[in-house]
Amino acid sequence: MAEFVMPILGADMEAGTLVAWRKKPGDAVERGEIVAEVETDKGLIEVEIFTSGVIEKILVEPGAKVAVGTVLAIIREEGMPGDLVPSPPAVSSAVPSLPPSVPAPAAAKQLGPAVETARRRVSPAARKRAASLGVDLDAVQGRGPGSAIGLEDVERAAAERAATEAAAPAARQARVRQTIAAAMARSKREIPHYYLSTTIDMQRAVAWLGEQNLKRPITERLLHGVLLIKAVALALREVPELNALWMEGQAAPRSAIHVGVAISLRGGGLVAPALHDADRQSLDALMRGFRDLVMRARAGSLRSSELSDPTITVTSLGDQGVETVFGVIYPPQVAIVGFGKVVERPWSVGGAVVSHPVVTATLSADHRVTDGHRGGVFLAAVDRLLQDPDRL
Amino acid sequence: MTRDEIKATMLRILGAIAPEADLAHLEPDVNLRDQLDLDSMDFLNFAIALHEALHVEIPEADYPKLATLQGGIEHLEALVARRENR
Repeated sequence: MAEFVMPILGADMEAGTLVAWRKKPGDAVERGEIVAEVETDKGLIEVEIFTSGVIEKILVEPGAKVAVGTVLAIIREEGMPGDLVPSPPAVSSAVPSLPPSVPAPAAAKQLGPAVETARRRVSPAARKRAASLGVDLDAVQGRGPGSAIGLEDVERAAAERAATEAAAPAARQARVRQTIAAAMARSKREIPHYYLSTTIDMQRAVAWLGEQNLKRPITERLLHGVLLIKAVALALREVPELNALWMEGQAAPRSAIHVGVAISLRGGGLVAPALHDADRQSLDALMRGFRDLVMRARAGSLRSSELSDPTITVTSLGDQGVETVFGVIYPPQVAIVGFGKVVERPWSVGGAVVSHPVVTATLSADHRVTDGHRGGVFLAAVDRLLQDPDRL
Repeated sequence: MTRDEIKATMLRILGAIAPEADLAHLEPDVNLRDQLDLDSMDFLNFAIALHEALHVEIPEADYPKLATLQGGIEHLEALVARRENR
């Protein structure tokens, strides 16, 4: 038996609201398949499963806000016969335990002897459900005899609330802001950053890109950002200690290179979902993935693995922006690479000054994990790789 | 296809890319990227959507001609007319 749990989709995520199941008990699921939708401060996230098998039992119903790690469903793994399995042991998880901060206002109100509520007729099951879902009973319309509140009324109220929250960009924006505030404050509090910067000649890369895009139909054109992402991913193979996560007081190196790309959301805020295995993808595949990520990030429909997997982040403030950006590391990552806009600048070639497109590449890295020397080796590798765009 | 239809197509596409924008008050001669805060991905999507809606080829070298609303209307009108007369 395997457990499918509420995933952690960001350094500061404590809980998420299960919005919908894509599968029902008895359905077969495959590793990597999307089985549920969860609403978090990052928007509506499609949650993938990491076990292949059959959904044995669903423990959390749509509308419930539950803590990270709460068991959402029990999966019978492939090859395990169903009838040998006793009834799922996770009865206690059906009423998920919540961190005290999450449903506090509503739940606390229910526990106290609130006069208003005491007068209303509420079934014990509905009361228990309201507490677990964080639903305020005062706001629930009872449809039972004498306007009594039943279980269905509470569940309907929770589902309506989830739908409203998902549809409210302002509320989402406020939560994105809070998440960024928490992650960035933690980063600056805990991570001793060091910063490096170098200017990279982009003459060859820009010329190569121009030639490529001339040959390509518009739907297959590349952006120079994809070259930068690929160069970063390949350079990380040479300086792998920058591709790590800081966990329990030490750096845990990561073998897979999942590059988080910072995507600004219209109206404010940003997310940095992962381009998986960026070092092993062709530029075309990376471009398709990048375009798809930007579109889904802005529509608020990212997948769980995209938010939880990045092993490093690349940030660029775009070609309308500035020449230099020093990023703030997104915990638990240990480095962030910044690129400014590509600009024409005087450049010395063989003793003559000519005009070349150049880009400023920066590295902000965690000094607990690496030193400036290795960071410098990394940026030099990015530079070298960009001089040979055919091999990216 | 008329000028107004081309303009309406441009505005519809921009509205999908920047849903919060007040398109009724776009300055015709000011850079769209500045007015609407479009990044290079947005601009690529803008060009792809124009290509798909108007069936015209837009080489990368012609992107500057789409920089403003007015410039875009004129350039696209010429491209559409060339296609229709072929």
